[in-house]
Amino acid sequence: MSLHLFRHKPDLMGVLDLQGGVHEHLEHLERLGLPYKRVKQAEDFTNLAGLIIPGGESTCLARLLNIFELKDVMLQHHRRGMKIWGTCAGAILLADKVLGEKACLGLIDMEIERNGFGSQLDSFKSEAVINAVSNDPIPLTFIRAPKIIRVGKDVHVLLQIDDYIAAAESDSILVTVFHPELTGCLALHRYFALKCGLNPAAENRSAVHKNWENSSWMQLARIAS
Amino acid sequence: MDAKRYELNVQLAQMLKGGVIMDVTNVEQAKLAEEAGAVAVMALERVPSDIRKDGGVARMSDPAMIAEIKKAVSIPVMAKARIGHFVEAQLLEALRIDYIDESEVLTPADEECHIDKTKFSIPFVCGARNLGEALRRIGEGAAMIRTKGEAGTGNVVEAVRHMRAMNREIRQLAQMPVEEVTGFAKNNGMPYELALRVKELGRLPVVNFAAGGIATPADAALMMQLGCDGVFVGSGIFKSADPALRARAIVKATAYFNDPQKVLEASIGLGEAMPGLEIGQIPPEQILAKRGW
Repeated sequence: MSLHLFRHKPDLMGVLDLQGGVHEHLEHLERLGLPYKRVKQAEDFTNLAGLIIPGGESTCLARLLNIFELKDVMLQHHRRGMKIWGTCAGAILLADKVLGEKACLGLIDMEIERNGFGSQLDSFKSEAVINAVSNDPIPLTFIRAPKIIRVGKDVHVLLQIDDYIAAAESDSILVTVFHPELTGCLALHRYFALKCGLNPAAENRSAVHKNWENSSWMQLARIAS
Repeated sequence: MDAKRYELNVQLAQMLKGGVIMDVTNVEQAKLAEEAGAVAVMALERVPSDIRKDGGVARMSDPAMIAEIKKAVSIPVMAKARIGHFVEAQLLEALRIDYIDESEVLTPADEECHIDKTKFSIPFVCGARNLGEALRRIGEGAAMIRTKGEAGTGNVVEAVRHMRAMNREIRQLAQMPVEEVTGFAKNNGMPYELALRVKELGRLPVVNFAAGGIATPADAALMMQLGCDGVFVGSGIFKSADPALRARAIVKATAYFNDPQKVLEASIGLGEAMPGLEIGQIPPEQILAKRGW
């Protein structure tokens, strides 16, 4: 084995595969032509330029990160330069303050409130322009979403709606309380890939992908024939 | 329920994938379940094995109890309505819980009709023994499906039967020429359009969880390896010797269902599982899976 393999610049995108909307993110990465892998064990973090923590239940994800000792591994890889994007539950795990609860990873200076809108009956869809990401409006899906209440001075607000922050970033962390993986929009995945120093396919410039439907993730989860 | 609302409801179920939904009967159990890593709790007065033991008519739980549990946890709260009892469903919607289970574990209120779930904004999960039953429920507006394994028995055999039946029928559909779909849908009581959809997708068009008889981490991993998207555990946790330990073990085994070493670690030292019941020993009129159609 030649030495350059060890010096290889990390070039993979990972999706934390413990629970939640894993397939949905993988499908978006595939559309962008990005090399990706599922991240389930400590060794899976090798060569990751970026990691996505998907939506799911943050208490479940936190518990699994702790018992399988992935939390420290993730923090180590973050220190070596791996960027992390948390959607919904993922954003809760990354926050350094969670209203009324203990924080998990504490990698971004912000305070977040779990389940900020109410029950499933309060889940909703809307859209907004996020100037840093795309000129086109981006479809937003909020499912029992958290609210970011405030961010620290080194954190840049990407989208503020009414009294809460819906998307923000620091040098190494991106957080969205909505679910871009549950829409046909690739803009945020592209944005995160660029933040990680990767080159997403150029042809998918439009914000919303035309042949996407909510069942698109199922191509990765068919019943074996 | 408009198309947008239905999609949001299907998507909430997607966010539960790879997780365990636990039956709980009070606030302490709900907190224990959340702490153990459950992705949702099912609030009910008695777990299925007690319902089976007590007999009589099993109805929707006391709304005060459901409301207390809702207040105590931040994960989604589900509750059961009787098959066909659309007013119980209206009450659960008014309580603003997150998901309704139209469940055969409760005594059916209607032997002919299931609830018209399209009239609601709140999502429904329904049990199914085969693809036809699953697609009939989805046709009525269910946003999530689960197997209809024999609840309260600690015996996974029926859930396995249902999952194998669904998989077999999905494979058959996927491979048959389109002109055969009409007859296949007719013979299996499937809405035609949904049968076509399954053929195209190669799986159910909504998330499909395992339910009924799951008592051990290995049971959970078995159902996941058979292609379920997640697991419901009813009596299996709180009727076992050490509920906290078992709850955490089933969460681990569900997340790492493909990793025998991790499922093994999760299976060690759990104490007694819930007492099991052989399906053949249950009088036919007490078989819950036959409720609904």
